[in-house]
Amino acid sequence: MAEHILLRHRDIPNIDRLEVYRQQGGFEAFQKAVASLTPDAVTDIVKASGLRGRGGAGFPTGMKWSFTDRKNWPHYVVCNADESEPGTFKDREILTGNPFQLLEGVAIASYAVGARVAYIYLRGEFWPIARELDKRIAELEAAGLLGDKLFGTEYSLRIYTHLGAGAYICGEETALLESIEGKLGQPRLRPPFPPAVGLFGKPTVINNTETLANVPLILQRGAEWFRSFGTEKSPGVKIFSLSGCVNRPGNYELPLGTTFRELIMGRGGGIAYGHKIKAIMPAGNSSSLIVATDEALNTPMDYESVPKLGAQLGSASVIVIDDSVDIPWLINKTVHFFRHESCGKCTPCREGTYWMSQLTERIAAGHATAEDVALLKAVAGQIKGKCFCALGEFSIEAVLSGMDRFKDDFEAKVSSYE
Amino acid sequence: MSKQVNLTIDNQAVTAAEGALIVDAAKKVGINIPVFCYHPKLEPAGMCRMCLVEIGRPVIDRATGAPVMEGGKPKLQFGPKLETSCTTPVSEGMVVITNSEKVKAARKDVVEFLLTSHPLDCPVCDKGGECPLQNLTLAHGPATSRFLFNEKNHNAKHVPLGDLIYLDRERCIQCGRCVRFQEKIAGDPVIGFYNRGRQMEIVTFSEPGFDSYFSGNTTDICPVGALTSADFRFGARPWEMKATASICTHCAVGCNLAFNVRREVGGKNGSPSKGGIVIKRALPRQNEAVNELWICDKGRFAYQYSESPTRLATPLVRKDGELTPASWDVALEYAAEGLLGESKPGQAKDLLVIGSGRLANEDLFTLRKLAEGAGGQAALYSQSGGGDLLAQVGAAPGTNLASLGKGSVILVVASDLHEEAPIWFLRVKQAAERGATLIVAAGRPTRLDRYAKYVIRYAYGEEAQIVAALGDSPRRAELVEAAKPAAAAKPAAAAKLVEAAKPAAAAKTVEAAKPAAAARLVEAAEAFGKAENALVFFGSDGLGQSGAQSVAQACAQLLAATRHVGRPNNGLIPVWGRANEQGGWELGLKAANLQTALQASTTAYIVAADPYGDDPSLPAPSFLVVQELFLTETARRADVVFPAQAFTERDGSFTSGERRVQRYYPATPALADCRPDYAISAELGQHLGLKLEGRSAAAIFAQIATEIPAYKGLTYRRLAETTNATAIGAAKDPRDAEERRCADLYYSGAGYENTQGLGVQLPLQTLSPALSKPAAAPAAQLSKTGLLAVPVTQLYDLGQTVLPSALLRQRIGEAWVGVNPADAAEAGIEAGAAPAAIVQVVLPGKPEWRAAARIDERTPRGVLLIPRSMGLPLNAPLPGASIRPVVRRDSQEAASQQPA
Repeated sequence: MAEHILLRHRDIPNIDRLEVYRQQGGFEAFQKAVASLTPDAVTDIVKASGLRGRGGAGFPTGMKWSFTDRKNWPHYVVCNADESEPGTFKDREILTGNPFQLLEGVAIASYAVGARVAYIYLRGEFWPIARELDKRIAELEAAGLLGDKLFGTEYSLRIYTHLGAGAYICGEETALLESIEGKLGQPRLRPPFPPAVGLFGKPTVINNTETLANVPLILQRGAEWFRSFGTEKSPGVKIFSLSGCVNRPGNYELPLGTTFRELIMGRGGGIAYGHKIKAIMPAGNSSSLIVATDEALNTPMDYESVPKLGAQLGSASVIVIDDSVDIPWLINKTVHFFRHESCGKCTPCREGTYWMSQLTERIAAGHATAEDVALLKAVAGQIKGKCFCALGEFSIEAVLSGMDRFKDDFEAKVSSYE
Repeated sequence: MSKQVNLTIDNQAVTAAEGALIVDAAKKVGINIPVFCYHPKLEPAGMCRMCLVEIGRPVIDRATGAPVMEGGKPKLQFGPKLETSCTTPVSEGMVVITNSEKVKAARKDVVEFLLTSHPLDCPVCDKGGECPLQNLTLAHGPATSRFLFNEKNHNAKHVPLGDLIYLDRERCIQCGRCVRFQEKIAGDPVIGFYNRGRQMEIVTFSEPGFDSYFSGNTTDICPVGALTSADFRFGARPWEMKATASICTHCAVGCNLAFNVRREVGGKNGSPSKGGIVIKRALPRQNEAVNELWICDKGRFAYQYSESPTRLATPLVRKDGELTPASWDVALEYAAEGLLGESKPGQAKDLLVIGSGRLANEDLFTLRKLAEGAGGQAALYSQSGGGDLLAQVGAAPGTNLASLGKGSVILVVASDLHEEAPIWFLRVKQAAERGATLIVAAGRPTRLDRYAKYVIRYAYGEEAQIVAALGDSPRRAELVEAAKPAAAAKPAAAAKLVEAAKPAAAAKTVEAAKPAAAARLVEAAEAFGKAENALVFFGSDGLGQSGAQSVAQACAQLLAATRHVGRPNNGLIPVWGRANEQGGWELGLKAANLQTALQASTTAYIVAADPYGDDPSLPAPSFLVVQELFLTETARRADVVFPAQAFTERDGSFTSGERRVQRYYPATPALADCRPDYAISAELGQHLGLKLEGRSAAAIFAQIATEIPAYKGLTYRRLAETTNATAIGAAKDPRDAEERRCADLYYSGAGYENTQGLGVQLPLQTLSPALSKPAAAPAAQLSKTGLLAVPVTQLYDLGQTVLPSALLRQRIGEAWVGVNPADAAEAGIEAGAAPAAIVQVVLPGKPEWRAAARIDERTPRGVLLIPRSMGLPLNAPLPGASIRPVVRRDSQEAASQQPA
């Protein structure tokens, strides 16, 4: 790929400095939007680009913006930078390497939905990044690119950063809103959805960091340009966070629809230490386990194709599992993560993840019987479809798919005990 | 009526109001969907996932907007997942399935999950026997456990959230009912969740812990044994106890109570039960028109005075200057002789009879009969006034605060409802949250202000004029004129409107604020005039007898002038300090100026009142008979003391501030030789040569019903009537008491069932034409010298019905006086010092009094707030007060150590 769209700091040195970013046409898109386009026109361009949310669900971004309730004001924009999914580290690179592009994206989104205040919610561990962002926001205000009466119009915008306190659940958009409001980070009842009742009870658009980072170039170069990347239904590029048993882990910005093989074997340099690939988790810890067959490796990574393998693209954090990995050990890890991060609001997730962790712990240690394995499956099934939010539902993805697709690993564990 | 929608639940056709939740719609037709986190009085949370059901909705053709038909029926689309029926509103054509295998399996799954972290210590749990988790486990849960016992999480079991409420963290199922109750219903968000997942726990973040007047209610709505009260925990098992209906005696709300009693040896609080019946706990009894499901902590925990070991147990007669035990015959004889003096039988002309609102209607009626028969005078012991107006302008029958919302106005004058009548505070707050316009007129900030649309500040003494201005437009115009900046120099009433609210230092702001305050008053008056319904509460904040009388008069005229009289949800509600003060007024007793009344009498018979405790300077009669529960200051001065029964030991009826007559029943046997007040009075009457009914409360009530027009036609039977409509969830067969009990139990821990009477509201008399004309309210003549000391009420005081409660005693706190910072500075008292500065309060004609100064802006400039029943007797506003600092011993020492 010739040129990065999101990870532009890899091509352009010092783009994290405002003058460099402006030399590259930075903030022209925002100025053009504010000075010469109506908010609806901006939304229409984003709609036409086909940009879909990069946080995991893949919801069309322009459509989300158009849902904001226009009878209820003010509106807010919130950038979700709570990047907490194990295996996901793409937003961090944008935030540190190409921060002004994100800030411009936040600004354009705010203009498009009529928000005069926007928040960037960062996970608590990102405090040094938040400090840098604050400086950059101050620079933008000093440069007249943020603040009151921008570009000679009546439009004003302030952007604030807000740090979480180390809870995975706050990446869930309504828990995130609660957290900004100073409350316990737990998801809210839906409906109403945030575009109707969001932050401080007002219509709110919440977009992922990567999503918003796409917006300035869409405005600058046009929806058609954006659509020239990726597939018909999943246009654009995506940052794939590649980790696990590969030679070259890291972030790879590739068009949507690139195959697993291209990412893992091509860019990622294949499997380390001569091992064979066994499984793929395409969406971090929240993923189902895909059996790494030839067919799976040849599958394009986009929002439509991955589900055919019984998994989701999610945030595209691809964890590669090789044949040295014991699947019961792996799911014990994922279950412990969810048990630790369950917010406790609903019964199935709070109690179910705890129960599962007790079982996977014993299974992984080889201290379990076939009954325990059957019970694990039953407990996971009991959680399914009953949770308040997606966290609980995600907690069983790896468990159920792992038990279903890697039976031998479990049988080996049990027989060694019996 | 709101729009109705039709749906099907388990093949039953159901009609429900648009917006109703499925769980409630189902309950109406007798389908019980199990819940833990849902409570019909709270906002839905959807947390516990117990109420999952299958929901199908008709498929709508996008083009035509009509339902798509399939085989003659609307085509249904069921969601891929089960949905929570406690958060989903009903919609047209919806089909709900609550009994499929899928739903049953889901319930079993959820119960099993809950039990994995539950200690299952039912045999030692207070909730065992009335526990929703227990009941729903039996009904829906698995029979055996698949969770390894020793993999259970163990948590702290005796965590005091405060001194009243304990938390068992193991038992908690994290449903959040308590948190939501405190936040939404009580408006006291002092508890919350901390941490997450399995570690999520209830914590308190107030000092002292769980500092709320409503905290006890959380133990009722807790669906497990996680929250228990210090009063009841490990006290008894639910099935060992019997419930007796009662009425709370602590304020004029008339909350319906149930006392749970059982026989035991020992009793508590040192009460000497030898196998007798004792009260184990007080619970709210559901009355949707009075207290819904709630009671305040005073009502819940202060009942203990009835079992106090310091109660009077035998009659006492003064012999050689000492009060010594005597038999009833001797005591009655001696009392009658003393009261008669030289007069002929039935002619005790100089007799003053005093009874308080702690007494039942039957007692007060008998006292009046006795006084009349003897030719003496009967007085109601009250520091308030205006009760005679309520027969005309009181709350009309059918009034229910729960039905007030948009279009209604509630005006609260001179009352800190949160301290004076907590349940009214709670219900007025809720009415305001439903959209009723709340106007709070007070001399200082109160907790109700935050829910008010209009807050009107007046200077103490101007209460009646402000109320009059609300009803009288020329007067309002005058105020607006006076408030204009140019005219501000004039000593106009409007200046006082805001003066009181602002510190003197901010004089400029005051100038600017005056027109705003006047405009606010005009707006509030307009809202009041236009309102469909209007209720007015008047309390006792800073008022004495005459002040209360003129405020009541002004309120009555305001209501009459705006035609807010005689219709349900309209009228005047007095915030009396005692349960049956209204009954006293209705039965013809009036509040008297005791200074003059006692001066004019040679003998006195004082029942259930402690005037000499409240004001030691009152003149003493030559012969005094006192009827009491305790040896009060007044009883100590008596020649004869009769021991009366507590309200828990007898039956009777009270008339609440909303003029609702309600019955209460004996819960425990009488202590020793104590007798009911009415019986003692009737016997004393007989000894005086009068024929008075005293055989039973019911017989006296029958007499009241024939002689007092307002009570005409009332019988004890009518007072005991109930309707099933008030139950939280109707049972399939409302006649089946057992089923009804279970239906209630299903939603709550405690049984709230009301089977012993909802009471009856008294009818109103025709309005006298004099009231319809606005009359000029007399300005209070308060001298401007010194500081103005005003009496205010705090819920937990040193009253004799509060002190014996060991639990509440800790919450009463020290004696305090409210001082404005500017006044404190003038008196040389340092604000913000910790501990609070101790000051000497000097009131003309009163003994000096030492108290902790609460120095803040909540006390208006020039005013001292003196809490009632906290040690300094003050029954009415008193000018000429001053304060001076008390030099602390430690600072003296510090000073002496300094080198000269």
